Amino acid sequence: MTVETKLPFDKDYLEQFSKERNEPAWMSELRVSALSQVNTLEMPKPDKTNIRNWNFNTFKHEFTSGQAVTTTTELPEEIQAYFDEENKAENLLIQRNHSVAFSTLNEDLKDKGVIFTDIFTALNEHSDLVEKYYMKEAVSVDQDRLTALHAALMNGGIFIYVPKNVQIEAPIQAIFWQEDPETALFNHVLIVAEEGSSLTYLENYVSHNEEQKTVANIVTEVFAHDNAQVAYGAVDHFAAGTTTYVNRRGVAQRDAKINWALGQMNDGNTVSENITYLLGDNATSEAKAVTVGRGKQTQNFTSSIRQFGKQTDAFILQRGVMKGSATTIFNAIGKIEHGGSKSNSEQESRVLMLSEKARGDANPILLIDEDDVTAGHAASVGRVDPLQMYYLMSRGLTKEEAERLVIHGFLEPVVSQIPIESVRKQLTQVIERKVN
Amino acid sequence: MSGSVLEIKNLHVSIEDKEILKGVNLTIKGGEFHAIMGPNGTGKSTLASAIMGHPKYEVTEGSIILDGEDVLEMEVDERARAGLFLAMQYPSEISGVTTSDFLRSAINARREEGDEVSLMKFIKQLDKDLDLLEIDQNMATRYLNEGFSGGEKKRNEILQLLQINPAIAILDEIDSGLDIDALKIVSKGINKMRGEDFGCLMITHYQRLLNYITPDFVHVMMQGRVVKSGGPELAKRLEEEGYEWIKEELGITDETVEQNA
Ligand SMILES: Nc1ncnc2c1ncn2[C@@H]1O[C@H](COP(=O)(O)OP(=O)(O)OP(=O)(O)O)[C@@H](O)[C@H]1O
Ligand SMILES: [Mg+2]
Repeated sequence: MTVETKLPFDKDYLEQFSKERNEPAWMSELRVSALSQVNTLEMPKPDKTNIRNWNFNTFKHEFTSGQAVTTTTELPEEIQAYFDEENKAENLLIQRNHSVAFSTLNEDLKDKGVIFTDIFTALNEHSDLVEKYYMKEAVSVDQDRLTALHAALMNGGIFIYVPKNVQIEAPIQAIFWQEDPETALFNHVLIVAEEGSSLTYLENYVSHNEEQKTVANIVTEVFAHDNAQVAYGAVDHFAAGTTTYVNRRGVAQRDAKINWALGQMNDGNTVSENITYLLGDNATSEAKAVTVGRGKQTQNFTSSIRQFGKQTDAFILQRGVMKGSATTIFNAIGKIEHGGSKSNSEQESRVLMLSEKARGDANPILLIDEDDVTAGHAASVGRVDPLQMYYLMSRGLTKEEAERLVIHGFLEPVVSQIPIESVRKQLTQVIERKVN
Repeated sequence: MSGSVLEIKNLHVSIEDKEILKGVNLTIKGGEFHAIMGPNGTGKSTLASAIMGHPKYEVTEGSIILDGEDVLEMEVDERARAGLFLAMQYPSEISGVTTSDFLRSAINARREEGDEVSLMKFIKQLDKDLDLLEIDQNMATRYLNEGFSGGEKKRNEILQLLQINPAIAILDEIDSGLDIDALKIVSKGINKMRGEDFGCLMITHYQRLLNYITPDFVHVMMQGRVVKSGGPELAKRLEEEGYEWIKEELGITDETVEQNA
């Protein structure tokens, strides 16, 4: 069933929007063509979650600039908590609403041809490069109604390009700060790691709209060419008023590796899809995600790794803590395609329930079209072990402190994978706030 | 008078409606080392668990008093902060929580907010205790008990004992699963606690432990009660002759808790 919803945006609006950004013709055309498909495409159907009544259509979209700063110390403390003060980020971009508030990139990397810029600058300066990857192989415009909407309305994001054999040691960090409580974010993150290159990327989404309703419609596309390595970390923390659709995809070629560590701490309803295609032989991926659900929020997380190449290795790990009357569905789907011989596929989804009214569901699914493979999966939905509590409390820890430790321990396998210390700390604090 | 006093009077304990302890009387004072011996399944661990407040054990009669305070009215964590410690026969594994983070929480649980132990001081003391117990430094950064061998878990319990420094400790089969060298090391740790301010109840099956840690009192448990008490010589006799002579002396045919005395 398609829901016929009148969007307040038409072809003229998009062309005007595109023109104001100086976008290349192909982008303008892509937007218009995507818009024309919106009403004929279906909404995505996340398994076991009905999103029909979620707000994905009502929002303010106009390009909203945020004030630029010359040093990061001008930013509010809450934002400063995301980066190391001692270990000043060499490669940092802060997007405030839809514009860049601050950005810096190590000179040496610039000289080597590394590109780290906002998406609009990238469309201007590296149009061909962006066009080659933008919404083609990873996420297609016509996948569903929300991807088409994204393509039509994209209003923020970044582009990272790492040339052949360039290894980036220091992490590249992007902070997407929705300071305006009403404006919607259609953010696009495009990362291309050429043959033999490597990078660690970390992003933070932040907003403060407890009451005001808006939408985040996010697409990430990661391309790891032969022998490239991408470590991708994220901490999503949209406030309760934001309904989020986030689609993160990766494409790994021969011997390439894409590892995800996603801290999904939104307070609003969220649909998250994280899909990795292991196209080349020996490609590997670890897709790790944690969440804490609280209040009345409903969340659906699908992690999937599709293995086409031979001898590929995939590991999905999902951990969730549920409080209040929150509902969370975890779908972990490993798929070994025909021809993916000698591959290995593992999934593990675990949910820890802290309240009677919370709902959690963990569904590891294994689909195998090949004989010569190994696979395994594990799932559990449970409560805090009373014997663990007894043990910890017998050392003097209060019930709250003991529970706090158990929860941290439970989420640790994913939290520990977040690449920047300050962000790890910040994620830990967010978890603390959410579980208390 | 210094040191704490733990008084157990006429303690009856049930688990899932089955009575296990049937009137235990025992007093442990600061400065004293007690040993409890007794055949399998006679209620030794049950006593330890009931004192600490294990959620599954229900006290149906009797009292446990620590320095005049009613222990049975306290939650598990309150008992711990009041000065009780139990080295468990089967310690839990806490995944994702490092031993050192946990220890710091346990120490700080006994201190006021704002008066937390400094990291430097904590590390210094931890290093000292790790050295004493000949525990590899990296155990502090491993997740609590996860993947620890039986002996490592026992050593870790004693590490916690040293770090927490309780008034009264109950050690439930701290010697089981330890090799000869480890037994000596663990005993060294326990002996270090000796003093007027520390009372200890050791549950053990073997005289061997008591060769290293000489008890002041030895008690024998059968049928969910303390049936005989004496000095160190009692343990020696048990080691040599077993429990048969006590059973004969007291006219016990079945020593387990199944039997009503
Ligand atoms: N959860 C339980 N359900 C039923 N019976 C139990 C339970 N826990 C303990 N018991 C019983 O209580 C009795 C006493 O057990 P306890 O563990 O106290 O013995 P113990 O003296 O410590 O033995 P051991 O020397 O083997 O450690 C045993 O018969 C045991 O089977
Ligand atoms: Mg026992």
